[in-house]
Amino acid sequence: MHGLVSLSTLAQGAGAKTGMFLATEALAHLAPLDILVIAVYFAMVIWIGFYLKGQANTSEEFFMAGREMTAWIAGLSFVSANLGSLELMGWAGSAYQYGILAAHWYWIGAIPAMLFLGMVMMPFYYVCKTHSVPGYLKLRYGQGASVVSAISFAFMTVLMSGVNMFAMAVVMKVVLGWDLNFSIIVSSMAVALYVALGGLRSAIFNEVLQFVLIWGGALLVPILGLVEAGGWNGFKAKLAANMASGLTPHGDYTHMWRSLDHFSNNPMGIHWTGIVFGLGFAISFGYWTTDFLVVQRVLAAQNLRSARMAPVIGSFFKMAVPFIVILPGLLGLVVLHNADGSLMHLVGENQVSAAHPYSYNEVLPLMLVRYCAPGLLGLGVTALIAGFMSGMAGNVSAFSAVWTYDIYQPLINKNARDEHYVTVGRWATILGVVVSIGTAYLVMNAAGIMDYVQALFSFFISPLLGVVLMGMFWKRATKAGGFWGLLIGTLTSVGLWAWVKLVPSALRYVALSSDAKAMAEDMYRALWSVIVSVLVTFVVSIFTEPKSEAELNGVVYGATKLPTEEPVPFYKNEWFWCVIAIIAFLALNIYFW
Amino acid sequence: MHSSSISIWFFIGLLLTIYGVLIFGYGLYDLVSGNLPHVVLAKLHAPVWWGGLMTALGLFYLIKFRPGHEGK
Repeated sequence: MHGLVSLSTLAQGAGAKTGMFLATEALAHLAPLDILVIAVYFAMVIWIGFYLKGQANTSEEFFMAGREMTAWIAGLSFVSANLGSLELMGWAGSAYQYGILAAHWYWIGAIPAMLFLGMVMMPFYYVCKTHSVPGYLKLRYGQGASVVSAISFAFMTVLMSGVNMFAMAVVMKVVLGWDLNFSIIVSSMAVALYVALGGLRSAIFNEVLQFVLIWGGALLVPILGLVEAGGWNGFKAKLAANMASGLTPHGDYTHMWRSLDHFSNNPMGIHWTGIVFGLGFAISFGYWTTDFLVVQRVLAAQNLRSARMAPVIGSFFKMAVPFIVILPGLLGLVVLHNADGSLMHLVGENQVSAAHPYSYNEVLPLMLVRYCAPGLLGLGVTALIAGFMSGMAGNVSAFSAVWTYDIYQPLINKNARDEHYVTVGRWATILGVVVSIGTAYLVMNAAGIMDYVQALFSFFISPLLGVVLMGMFWKRATKAGGFWGLLIGTLTSVGLWAWVKLVPSALRYVALSSDAKAMAEDMYRALWSVIVSVLVTFVVSIFTEPKSEAELNGVVYGATKLPTEEPVPFYKNEWFWCVIAIIAFLALNIYFW
Repeated sequence: MHSSSISIWFFIGLLLTIYGVLIFGYGLYDLVSGNLPHVVLAKLHAPVWWGGLMTALGLFYLIKFRPGHEGK
């Protein structure tokens, strides 16, 4: 599962795996009941795959789930595609390390973009009946921009899938002591089987299943954690006492905006402009509105109203996720103790030692083990496995669609029968899994590759946002403008990354401060590449021939007649729920200001 | 959803029910036998109420979205 969350998380999580391997003993020991819980999950997903095989016969059914998903299913799948186990563990670790600042990735880093996708962009994606984001680019800008986007997406999707697979195998080794090969082979075989059989519908079903499992398996931890800490106020009092006695490093762990007035005032090394414009716009909008992995889920909705409602429904659940991710990380600061009763100190991956055997990223498993009896522990572990598997299923189903529709069909075999493309899609799924496994073993033997893979992925997403926005909201944008905007925007991102890599002092120009840290650099780099791609698209378009108004029907604002929707009671209207989501989003930020 | 298909909510109901029964059963056994598991706050008997909650929710979905029923 890639995207804005995992890119940062992976770097902290499995990326620095050396520390994890130092832990000689598994964190958790599963009872027979736990094993049974895990086995039931595997049996269920395989059963679903075989059951859905009969409903994946045409390309529309295999790649788009027949466009029959309700708003709830599409919405849960949409948010679940980004809710992988590495995200859960990584962000819980970030919360332990940085405090509630980590919740920015769930709130401003997701909610505005999700609502914008649903209310503003979705009509164009949906009305033009595209099957993918590269497919939209083809309709708007022609084959060139589409192929560039499709190839980069397909390539990066399978690479990221492999990186995630390896990272998850490391997690299973640390938490349960499982062999790396066992985890990789068993989980990837299961994913290959159920996606190749049932296509996108199967992937979506499993994502919804995973969503329920994650809540069922993880919600108990913050509930019991709050009971032990004496509620939120009790937690804050204990944290203050720990800081006063020097047991916990000083810092503002419970406020989101107060320490963002300067890069050096917070442990993340971030300024509020980076959070608002870099994370809240460039990265977040790039991921949630143009990454086909998540957009594909919404395109499978049964009608336009459902397609618009799905991201709105997803936004409410996304806002709630910090309760099962950030809160356990924070509670870990006061409730985790060593066997001798002293306060446990988690450390960075490269500081793990005999005195401090656990890293930040292990805070969630530690909390699970602390509270969960047999059965419940199995449920928590199943949630982690399910998160990983559905993330991988999301990757390979998106890869399969883009490979078949945007690469194979236009470039290799234009006029085959529909069944042929379904067969190609099934084999592309298998191929995607095989390449992912290869990548996983590649990363296992050369861990440094992981950082480059993550950086590579980030190069493509933000420029794509600039080009899609220009294409969707400016009729004058031309084919050449889109192509060069995408290309120069991507090269800008690559160039800025290489500049800081070769000359670290360049950070003060890229991220506007020499006090900035890696996360701030990512945000500003994304922002610059969006700005460049928009400017290049604008300038080149001014000097080139635009498309006629008729050609833009269905893909551009102002040239598209949107279908009239049937009137519904206010409580079923997407705008009503969008306003409620905005109010909830603002209220959360103000409460934790 | 696809005509004459089993709803995803039915699968979810089934999984929740199986898990709920397993966890509730284990919790009940612990409660009756007095063998508390070695976890913090074991005296709250989380498997009993959490397992019970999952079973209730699972049964609700299982019945409401059973194949052939209009609720799907």
